[in-house]
Amino acid sequence: MAYLRAFGCYVPPDRVDNEALARRTGRDAATIEKTTGILERRYAAAGVSVADLGVAAAKDCLKRAGVDAKVPGLVLFSSGSGERCFPGPAAEMAAKLGLAATPAIDLPVASAGSLIGIAMAADLAARYGNVLVVASEIMSRRISDADADTAILFGDGAGACLVSHDDGFARIEDTALFTDGRYADSLQLPQGGTLLMKGFDVIMQASRKIPRSITDLLAKHGIAPEDVGIFLMHQANLNLIRKVATTLKVPEERFFRNVAEYGNTSSASLLIAAAEWWATVKAPLTAPIVLAAFGAGFNWGSVLALPA
Amino acid sequence: MSKQAGILKVIHAVSEIPNDPAPNESLFDSGTLDSFTLPDLVTGLEEEFGVTIPDSDLVPERFDTVTKIEAYLDSRES
Repeated sequence: MAYLRAFGCYVPPDRVDNEALARRTGRDAATIEKTTGILERRYAAAGVSVADLGVAAAKDCLKRAGVDAKVPGLVLFSSGSGERCFPGPAAEMAAKLGLAATPAIDLPVASAGSLIGIAMAADLAARYGNVLVVASEIMSRRISDADADTAILFGDGAGACLVSHDDGFARIEDTALFTDGRYADSLQLPQGGTLLMKGFDVIMQASRKIPRSITDLLAKHGIAPEDVGIFLMHQANLNLIRKVATTLKVPEERFFRNVAEYGNTSSASLLIAAAEWWATVKAPLTAPIVLAAFGAGFNWGSVLALPA
Repeated sequence: MSKQAGILKVIHAVSEIPNDPAPNESLFDSGTLDSFTLPDLVTGLEEEFGVTIPDSDLVPERFDTVTKIEAYLDSRES
């Protein structure tokens, strides 16, 4: 048994709007908004590391959980944009939190990484107690203005989730993870390079695989999509979120959305969305929660949580 | 209903373009289909023709014209 105990997030203060990106990429601002639903994104300042953003999100999460930074028995850190091949940002962040011996493991799988982290935490909580899942990305350093299709999408930020073995606001009922490595080249960050994305492949595969993952997981537990209280999804693109909602025959308002404010922050986006949604929750949950993500690999999946 | 008529029925259900595309007209170049509507087209074809189309077949080249869609459906049925 494992529970979602708290979410937290942090986004850097520097805002980059579509007009600024239009000047850099040559793509006009109205087209950027129409094709992505994004109005602005945040960029980390020079000298700020992926781990730094993760520390801020982790502290916010632990504060909201009302627990000390020493509480996590395990840290899982998702990032596809870390500064080094190894060690990844997990160890650096754990040290900055004052955790000198707690295992801190990197999950360098980009967009679906935070979902994978929560799914793994659900299984590992029985052994480690409280598992802190952090996702942090500085995508602004991994894009090229020469590739406007990609440059207009991404922003920086971090999110966190505390998964507990014995306490929380929602019980993690089941998880479903998938990988299809035939698409490994469709979305990739080569060493020393900038992000390469075959947008057509990503959208087409995500449009089919995300809804199927959700409906199969819900059907396994006898739950209809319309009975879900909130869908928390990787904030890749507003049009993709709308498409998933349409496929599931669920009002798009049932999907929490903040992609307009932050752009696609890769693996951080799911947890930033979750943290902003959770901040609006004022009463005990009465309906299931679904988390879903899709990204490089391709990796994708979903998590079902029920009111505790 | 002929196969091409069934294909056009599905195309009109997923696209806002009102006219019938010519059999060899590129559906992507004409704006009839894009990356968001192709998955809808595939789902519509599955329902209309009772076939299962694997995700790995979702490449634009297979569905770029009505003629290519018809040939693809023939290959799924054989």
